[in-house]
Amino acid sequence: MGAKIVDFGGWDMPLHYGSQVEEHHKVRQAVGMFDVSHMTVVDLTNGDLRGFLRVLLANNVDKLPTPGKALYTCMLNQQGGVLDDLIVYFLTEKWFRLVVNAATRKKDLAWITGRALDFKVNVIERPELAMIAVQGPEARAKVGEALENEARKAASGLEPFSAVTIGELFIARTGYTGEDGCEIILPADTALALWQNLYDAGVAPIGLGARDTLRLEAGMNLYGADMDETTTPLEAGLAWTVAWEPVTRKFIGRERLEKQKAQGVARKLVGLVLEGKGVLRNHQTVHCESGEGEITSGSFSPTLNESIAFGRVPAAVQTGDRCQVEMRDKWVEARVVKYPFVRNGKSCL
Amino acid sequence: MSKAPADVKYTKSHEWVKPMPDGLVTVGITDHAQDLLGDMVFVDLPKVGAKVGAGKDCAVVESVKAASDVYAPVAGEIVEVNNALADAPEIVNKDPYGKGWLFRLKPDDRGEVDNLLDAAAYENLVASEKH
Repeated sequence: MGAKIVDFGGWDMPLHYGSQVEEHHKVRQAVGMFDVSHMTVVDLTNGDLRGFLRVLLANNVDKLPTPGKALYTCMLNQQGGVLDDLIVYFLTEKWFRLVVNAATRKKDLAWITGRALDFKVNVIERPELAMIAVQGPEARAKVGEALENEARKAASGLEPFSAVTIGELFIARTGYTGEDGCEIILPADTALALWQNLYDAGVAPIGLGARDTLRLEAGMNLYGADMDETTTPLEAGLAWTVAWEPVTRKFIGRERLEKQKAQGVARKLVGLVLEGKGVLRNHQTVHCESGEGEITSGSFSPTLNESIAFGRVPAAVQTGDRCQVEMRDKWVEARVVKYPFVRNGKSCL
Repeated sequence: MSKAPADVKYTKSHEWVKPMPDGLVTVGITDHAQDLLGDMVFVDLPKVGAKVGAGKDCAVVESVKAASDVYAPVAGEIVEVNNALADAPEIVNKDPYGKGWLFRLKPDDRGEVDNLLDAAAYENLVASEKH
């Protein structure tokens, strides 16, 4: 399909199939698909599953009362640092599915397996599964066209942030673009046929490059850029994913987060929009009235036609503040905004 | 990707240089360079009248992916810049050897242009960078 291929954590991944900006617009305005088979699928079965996940994850799986529901959460170390961010799907009381990042695969599996022992939970990696994300306002209609009867029906009735399994197919109404759509997990040997069906239905293939600008516009964090083991969810704009109630739930990292919350968090993640010319880039220095910060994810927003970024800055910084970003030996004006920058194709600024 | 045109000269840093009948040279970035950088979103051009030294950075092309310096292929004075790129930097992607030119330069020594790479030498350079 004419893709430019790059190495991504040991996977050969398509960066773009032509123009990254055109691919971005396709997802915002119509539909596109991503081969995200690099994502790690981990099934947890049997044992005291809920008991295990209540400890393992900073968000609370008890927010998932009905089968098929999904939850976005961080997995923390004892110091409250983010080991990874992931989606947990509740399928049955004996089967939860985690989708974790590819770059953190080894570390995550070791951590999860180590903690699962006490709860007699089986941890099963599913490397034989592929994953295709179909995203955009027309995504669900196109997925319907590409699927057979039963799966089609199930997919069309899916609520946001929920999933369904039809035989070997797992269809979730989730994504990483800020648009409606599905993520489909299926055996790798059947993935090509689905990819072809989607392509024949008019779904354009989209590369990693557009995936990054789409998620940034949508205000979604990228592990390794916006947070890692040295940052807590409170410093990464992810406080909303931490379930403090009930206080009796002793999830890993809780003590440190409570201490930090009580003392006040020194740094936080904000949205930035560049006012001068250029493009905000990762690791540029941000100068604010209350101190220095750093761009964690910066790029060009094709939807807004200006440069946007996440920056980790002193906690005193407020929405509407001005700051300066050091860019190629010059200081360029930027303003602090609330994110997401874009949702369902429309500017939030 | 299209072949490097034979009627222009090239630099190792992926600029092309076209000698004009009026003694000026037009400068842009090669098709190979725009392909590597991807979608262009911003072009920072030098000021008209600026004196530039050979090999000195004098412009910036910035894509979604990365920013890249553009170097003056020969010493001289900037006499014109392509203002159309301010609103439509993607022209550099679409027509790198034509409408996507960056600036025109009056060389201090027109002979310097002859010392630059010809199309065959430039294509060899690109081929060697791919390995």
